[in-house]
Amino acid sequence: MTAPLIRIEGLRKRFGVNEVLKGVSFEVARGEAICIIGPSGSGKSTILRCINALVPFEAGSIHVGETDVGDPRLDKIALRRRVGMVFQQYNLFPHRTALQNVMMAPIQVLKQDRREVEARARALMAKVRLEGKEDAYPGELSGGQQQRVAIARSLCMQPEVMLFDEVTAALDPETVKEVLVTIRDLVEEGMTCLLVTHEMAFARDVADHVYFTDSGVIVEHGAPDALFTAPRHERTRAFLERVL
Amino acid sequence: MRRPLADNAAFPVLLPPAARLARRLEEERRYALPVVRLDVRTMLVLAALLCLWAGVAEAQALGSGQESVLAAILKWTPLISRGFALNVAISLIAMGLGTMLGLFLGLAQISLLAPVRAGSWALTQFFRNAPWLVLLFYCIFVLPFRVTVFGQTFDVPNWLRATIGLTLPVMANVSEIVRGAVQSIPRGQWEAAESLGYRRGQTLREIILPQCLKRMAPPWMNLYAILIMSTPLASVVGVEEAMTLTRGALNAERRGDLLIPMYGALLLAFFVYCWPIARATQALEHRWQVTT
Repeated sequence: MTAPLIRIEGLRKRFGVNEVLKGVSFEVARGEAICIIGPSGSGKSTILRCINALVPFEAGSIHVGETDVGDPRLDKIALRRRVGMVFQQYNLFPHRTALQNVMMAPIQVLKQDRREVEARARALMAKVRLEGKEDAYPGELSGGQQQRVAIARSLCMQPEVMLFDEVTAALDPETVKEVLVTIRDLVEEGMTCLLVTHEMAFARDVADHVYFTDSGVIVEHGAPDALFTAPRHERTRAFLERVL
Repeated sequence: MRRPLADNAAFPVLLPPAARLARRLEEERRYALPVVRLDVRTMLVLAALLCLWAGVAEAQALGSGQESVLAAILKWTPLISRGFALNVAISLIAMGLGTMLGLFLGLAQISLLAPVRAGSWALTQFFRNAPWLVLLFYCIFVLPFRVTVFGQTFDVPNWLRATIGLTLPVMANVSEIVRGAVQSIPRGQWEAAESLGYRRGQTLREIILPQCLKRMAPPWMNLYAILIMSTPLASVVGVEEAMTLTRGALNAERRGDLLIPMYGALLLAFFVYCWPIARATQALEHRWQVTT
């Protein structure tokens, strides 16, 4: 067993008086797909935001590989190069075309060679099944297409792990599937993925391990089949009954 | 009664104007200034009135054997045009300087450093809420009449000091336009940029400001229209611009019947200059409002 890629211990985070994470610990091994499920406001998204240092946390520790995310001298750019993130609202840059969205960060942040990045970006656009949409602006694409561009944009930074923050929550039901297929392809290729999701069937299908959070703690976790068919905790059972 | 309607007013008949009013208020809030709405009909009415007055004056003038009103206006047109060119020059310089300074001041208003933020906010509010004429007087008397640079002494002409006086409110208004535009960009854009490893300055330069340009262009052009219409204020402090020269011409002519036709002609000149700007502003506003 190799060292875990992400190691979280006793993570605590508060917004004002509201403590949203009350000591969360778990690990993600390289190549694993982890799903975090739970009711809204249970701190799922905050965990992801702490991992790539979008928000600071009060106590506990997060390690990505050997990088200590809580270190005040943290090189955030080095961290974010290794950790890709996809958001619920896609957040594409509307003034740039799809291809430019994918190419921007490697060129401007990592200072990589333009031609090399372009070749990679075009390959990624094909991979997310958006050939022919390279020159479209985000406003001209459907939600599902925009979300796939956002995934390609994140992948173009060649991260070691991808964080997905409720990426299908804002989509039409018909376009949810195309995004989920893209993510499943990634998981099957061995990309380490950490997903916060409300798509229970999808979680059960792709995850190696599922965590159920409620009120800032991990209530229970386990293999998807076990957790979905035979939850041990009352809270998990109540939640699954409501959503399934 | 001019009280605004409550949000829950259940008068469907009144809704269209109420909605229009709300939209207009929203627009003026975003522009941070009243919006210049020039209508070509206004110009036609203005021109018709002017013709009427000029016609009456013309009839009187010809009847009493004086020079024709039209001839008098034409005689002074070259001089007053030169004055108008100075109005345009003052407005362009004040706009250019004010925009550069305002851009910095506006970005300082969103700085992460609290003292910078507070200082630039105070500066912006002070110059935005001061009467333009007072700022003009202030600059005329506070700025030096002469400056010495590397042993060479230059006179600072009146018009240049007036230009600086007008630059200050332009700067403050641009500062507010920039701040408003940056803050209207959704938070998600910052987060996405941050998660891709962009630094703050880089995010502003590559992602936020390019998106702000479209939002800033209409209020910025509106500000320019207000500025050019404010340049005759400089006549109060003796700058020889169109307004001053028109008054000078009238003094030289000593003819009361020229008063209204000549000021009317000046009014028309400003209208003709501003109208395309106001139209373009509205067109841009209309074209770009969908893409936000």
